[in-house]
Amino acid sequence: MTTNKRGFAQEVWDFFCSLRLSIFLLIGLALVSIIGTIIPQGQPPREYLATLSETKFRLYSSLGFFDMYHSWWFILLLYLLTLNLICCSIKRLPRVWKVVSEPVLEMDESFEKSLPNVKDLKLKGTKEELKERMASFLSAEFAAPVITEKNGAYHLFAQKSPWCRLGVYVVHLSIIVIFVGALIGSFFGYKGYVSIPEGGAISQVQTQSGKMINLGYEVRCEKFSVTFYDTGAPKEFKSILTVVDNGKPVPGLTSRPIIVNDPLTYKGTTFYQSSYGQSDEGALYHLTVRDRKGGAPVKLTARQGERLALPGGAFLSVMEATMDVRPFLRGFDGPGAQVEFTPAGGNPQPFVILSDKYESFNAQHGGDLLITFDGMDQKFYTGLQVAHDPGVWVVWAGCFLMVVGICMAFFMSHKRVWARVTDSGVTLGGSASKNPAGFEICFDDLVEKVNKA
Amino acid sequence: MSSSMLFNVTMVLYMVSTCIFFAFLASRSKAVGLGGTYAALFGFLVQTAAIGLRWKESYDQGHGHAPLSNLFESVVFFSWTIVLIFLFIDFKYKYRAIGFFVIPFALFGMAWAQLGLDSGIEPLVPALQSNWLMYHVITCFLGYAAFAVACGISIMYLIREKMEQGGGNVQAGGLLSMFPSIRVLDDLNYKAIMIGFPLLSLGIITGAAWANYAWGTYWSWDPKETWSLIVWFVYAAFLHARITRGWVGRRAAILSVIGFAATIFCYLGVNLFLSGLHSYGR
Repeated sequence: MTTNKRGFAQEVWDFFCSLRLSIFLLIGLALVSIIGTIIPQGQPPREYLATLSETKFRLYSSLGFFDMYHSWWFILLLYLLTLNLICCSIKRLPRVWKVVSEPVLEMDESFEKSLPNVKDLKLKGTKEELKERMASFLSAEFAAPVITEKNGAYHLFAQKSPWCRLGVYVVHLSIIVIFVGALIGSFFGYKGYVSIPEGGAISQVQTQSGKMINLGYEVRCEKFSVTFYDTGAPKEFKSILTVVDNGKPVPGLTSRPIIVNDPLTYKGTTFYQSSYGQSDEGALYHLTVRDRKGGAPVKLTARQGERLALPGGAFLSVMEATMDVRPFLRGFDGPGAQVEFTPAGGNPQPFVILSDKYESFNAQHGGDLLITFDGMDQKFYTGLQVAHDPGVWVVWAGCFLMVVGICMAFFMSHKRVWARVTDSGVTLGGSASKNPAGFEICFDDLVEKVNKA
Repeated sequence: MSSSMLFNVTMVLYMVSTCIFFAFLASRSKAVGLGGTYAALFGFLVQTAAIGLRWKESYDQGHGHAPLSNLFESVVFFSWTIVLIFLFIDFKYKYRAIGFFVIPFALFGMAWAQLGLDSGIEPLVPALQSNWLMYHVITCFLGYAAFAVACGISIMYLIREKMEQGGGNVQAGGLLSMFPSIRVLDDLNYKAIMIGFPLLSLGIITGAAWANYAWGTYWSWDPKETWSLIVWFVYAAFLHARITRGWVGRRAAILSVIGFAATIFCYLGVNLFLSGLHSYGR
């Protein structure tokens, strides 16, 4: 019975140590990950119901397909992979550690047969002389040797970069470190979004999970601006922000411009330029109205949504306006407004008016009146992504470890050379953990040099 | 002289290189094989000059940026990196026949870019105005290119293995005789992936670093990110398969081909069929 129990435990252990499980998990994770790239993630139910039948929706929902990467079974697969790589490492590390920390110092006859590269050297001299000669040769051409004496022969052992054998385990460790970083971030960090109107300030952030976080300081938006290329594509979104802590602007973070790819960080929380829009606090629109039959132009100012009385009994409301029409109207620039014009006793007519640069364009509408749009005092709000992630440095440390580990594992090789010195001559043996063909050249080179020396 | 003309010359040279490599398989003449490599090298130099010239042209237009920002530029750069990795492996190991299975990838890229894609130089939108763009794109594409080379080698492996099993007369001659042996192909496949895997890892890391710097999240399960992780999983499986009995050789070669198919989907499929942060394909 006990042997059976032990047998079962052994089987479970072997299962978690097996490379087949690793391959299965890696390919399995690759396959299931595809689901979440095909089904859009985290959308409201009605979006899904527009394309999916009710039954499919329920099925997918219960399988967690709509937030797949946080579903229990996906997380379980990730934990299994972590457990697998920990077990694999525990099983194999001691063996590798032994090779690194307790190298075989003597090359005896049977060990010699296991080596891929062996060469008998016919060198003249006594055992002592040859030992000294080989020691200084190896120090100069390869690495400083460890010398032992056994059964009347001197054994020299020299090695290069033995610790690169640990590269694989460094990579495994790095993955665990990255997971730990991600967990720290998910437990102690938050992501949120704020919008701040120009001239306004916030001291609270609503997180993605709907919680309100008190920042303990204020972030004020002094100004927001957007510029465009000639093609109409956006060139720069810029917010000027000031952080106010304890009622005082923070030095260095006063009127600091932030743009996409250049965020602002204060007390571990970072604010990223993410979106913008027109502030609800109405804009002021400036127009000029002139009677086509003559007369002095009249300058008018309208608030958003205001119905403006024009000379001659007509009315005008500005629906929408922009300081730069390039993204909306090809071949035009400058300010422009979408207006609704109601002639005296007539029906409302919607049309677009531009600046006085485009007189003939503006002359198409407006009856007796020629209306031009001079610009606006517009208020924007800036939309900022807010992130607080104390785990991010752990993640970067993990990434750094991974790069180091991969370089150790892929591009470095543990090279070992043994020399057995007896009165009849020297036998040189060698092996490398990687790239045997490359090491053979290196070994032959050593043999040639020692023969010449 | 415009960069567009030089890109056309590049395309022709890659076509010439492919033809010479085919002639090499047929003629089994070492000199012909070397000719194929030199044609590829010459094409590579012309392409390097063309990319440099395009970079300069963007400065002449007043909004200079590295030519890595839209689909045309990325396809051209992809084909450049494929030839770079091929030349590296060719000069190191000198198995010329591989050229016939790798240079066509580069030729196809150039032909598609020149004939089917909009080659206009556009200014950078705010999200791309960062030095991370260069680090991220260069590491990713060098990785992709190494996988393309590994895929070409794996296809050779599968062809050669099938012929050998079918009692094909390998020793006697035929096109196959210039193929490296199965063991060498298996080893080269592994070597190419050993180049690609670290670069892909760096590509994912630089992408995560950039995302964190620009948006505050290093990982958001965006389709592009997820697919890059899928590719990473496949090649990680390949590397573990190498040290598992029963998975060397044929299965490893198939994994390598699947890995490259996933790579291509990650690069192009995600942009064409799925939505997300990387929208240069639209």
